[in-house]
Amino acid sequence: MTAGSVAPERVSLRDRIRTQAHVHRSWTIFVGMSVGSVLLYLWASTVPFSLFQQQNSWIDGFVNAGVFMLLALGLNIVIGMAGLLDLGYAAFFAFGAYLYAFGASPFTHLHLPFLVLLILGAAVAAVFGILLGAPTLRLRGDYLAIVTLGFGEIVPILFLNLEKYTQGTNGIGGIDRPNIFGYQFPGIDQTPYYILMTVVLTIVLILMYRLQDSRIGRAWAAIREDELAAAANGINTVTTKLAAFALGATTAGFAGVLNASKLTIVDPTQFLFTVSFTVLAMVVLGGMGNIAGVAVGAFVLYNVQAVLLKQLNALFEGLNVPILENIDFVKYQYLLFGIALVLMMLFRPEGLFPSQRRRAELHAAEEELPDEEEPTEPVEPPNTGVTEDTRV
Amino acid sequence: MTGAETTAPDGGLLLKARGVTKRFGGLLAVNSVDFDIPKGAIVSLIGPNGAGKTTFFNVIAGIYDPTAGVIDFHGRQMIARPQRSWLEPFLWFLPAFIGGAVIAFAAIEHASEPVLFLLGLLTLIGLMTTMVTGAARPVRYQKALPRVGIFKSARPNDMVQAGLGRTFQNIRLFQNMTAIENVLVGMHTQMKASWVDAMLSTRRDRAEELSAHETARGYLKLVGLVGKDDEYAKNLPYGDQRRLEIARALGSKPSLLLLDEPTAGMNPRETQQMITLINRLRRDLDLTVLLIEHDMKVVMEISDRVTVLDHGEKIAEGTPEEVRKNPKVIEAYLGTPPE
Repeated sequence: MTAGSVAPERVSLRDRIRTQAHVHRSWTIFVGMSVGSVLLYLWASTVPFSLFQQQNSWIDGFVNAGVFMLLALGLNIVIGMAGLLDLGYAAFFAFGAYLYAFGASPFTHLHLPFLVLLILGAAVAAVFGILLGAPTLRLRGDYLAIVTLGFGEIVPILFLNLEKYTQGTNGIGGIDRPNIFGYQFPGIDQTPYYILMTVVLTIVLILMYRLQDSRIGRAWAAIREDELAAAANGINTVTTKLAAFALGATTAGFAGVLNASKLTIVDPTQFLFTVSFTVLAMVVLGGMGNIAGVAVGAFVLYNVQAVLLKQLNALFEGLNVPILENIDFVKYQYLLFGIALVLMMLFRPEGLFPSQRRRAELHAAEEELPDEEEPTEPVEPPNTGVTEDTRV
Repeated sequence: MTGAETTAPDGGLLLKARGVTKRFGGLLAVNSVDFDIPKGAIVSLIGPNGAGKTTFFNVIAGIYDPTAGVIDFHGRQMIARPQRSWLEPFLWFLPAFIGGAVIAFAAIEHASEPVLFLLGLLTLIGLMTTMVTGAARPVRYQKALPRVGIFKSARPNDMVQAGLGRTFQNIRLFQNMTAIENVLVGMHTQMKASWVDAMLSTRRDRAEELSAHETARGYLKLVGLVGKDDEYAKNLPYGDQRRLEIARALGSKPSLLLLDEPTAGMNPRETQQMITLINRLRRDLDLTVLLIEHDMKVVMEISDRVTVLDHGEKIAEGTPEEVRKNPKVIEAYLGTPPE
């Protein structure tokens, strides 16, 4: 398949690097993330870019982008790998964030260590992932999307209305900043958060790639391709999908704790449907199923939303053109996302950085002969009917 | 091959079906079929189109719950009409009901908040346990259910766990996975690594992956797919796809292999290869094979026993010679001779 098998003695440097990167993937990710984060840090302080906003604001934006990258990577397990549409993903984000708020704030007078709460937050999110998943994963496709959508709506409303425990709309403020092994994170300088986020993202990326190529990763891919055939090969579809849900929720729990510790305030408006939608857009734009693509997609999309649109506003205000100067691009960001999603679905459904397999799946209809699409079974009752979907 | 091995070596029954009935609304697809598969035999199921062969197959494989009847596999009742399955969700929510009642009582008695919190946590843990157990359905849970009067038919993956492998009439490979990945998915039940192992990339996990790849290559070689490991399944020629599906089914080390029209759409040479392959599988892997087949030449050549279905009913059973001469079978295939 590779050039190596054709002419073993003349392998191009690029191919050799690619092969080595695949063999030592965890190291590649480690080196790539280190170099990338350092470059980004320098990038933010070089001249044309440091003029737009202060270096600290850039770094702050990158850390926020890191939170969304985590969310997108987690949702990628559910949507990209296992093929389950989850529209209420922000709920798990909320569980992580509120757990940190309960564990380390003046509101409860508890001040537990950051790392303990990081693990606990992820665990609690996973528990709710399983609680939501266990009864609903027998559903498929649209029905699952509706249930998760409902769940995603319920959770912020619960946090809003359980005023006694969550302070409702005011949210829980004054949350502790992280303290790792005696190092207290400062309030203004964002660099420690940047480093922490890079470390967490590196670990998560390594784990995701390992998962993808493991037994369970193959099982997810099999379920996504053909659930009945997967079950007929001994895959317990319910538990495997549950694992996808739980692991996706875990990642969101991490993101929630990190976000809460950075903002030092949580309130229900941080976890509305717009968050789920934004993360979904990131996964789709980045390329479902391609881990690196999703991470890059999330980073790009967040920076478009947080930096580019603001700069566009500033630019157009300066132009003094009657209508254009009144356009608030930040207000229209979801319109823009929506348009981007529609265009993507029409012209490049596999995303900007597609995984090989997803691209093949999405373009299958164009390549195959039409009669291979549907099972042809003339007389006997359909053996791919609905009964297996609805079994409890 | 034929005739001589009519009785299996140890005479044991691998699969025993009694009175299996499957009704789709008004259509009686399978009507009270008794069916035995002796260990080590090659049994064929034949019949005209629409006779209910594939439906019967799907009942055995755990895809459909039967309307009536019982199927024992390896001497254990696996498949029957579900009884009181509506009770099961109540079992899952039982801890929540009990916990909720206790919490309500405690609240009325003005228990302190930490106590209420602890009770809530216990309830949640109980709910989690029952729900995950109900979703995962471990064997112990499946065996415990009948004791409370609930019977649930085995799901397809339970049947695979118990030693059943199958192929589909219309090939259902994972089209966008490579040949070797397809076989590796088939080996799912034979591998142990959990997602924790995968994340930590433990030594055990890596060793298992390596040996699994080796074994998978072995299965591909066994069915005659050499050098096509990294080919996408959809790019393989039709005959190879059929063979790959068999390799995938072999991955779970089945004791009973269900083949749904393995030679459909094949030319005579490929058909002959398939016959050789099935015979070799039985000999080398000690497999029992249940076959649905339209090609009478194949059926007569490799079957130890033949069962004929027509309009969902069993009309004949016996050795290939007996079935061939059975007037009912001739009538089913060719129609009633004019008076």
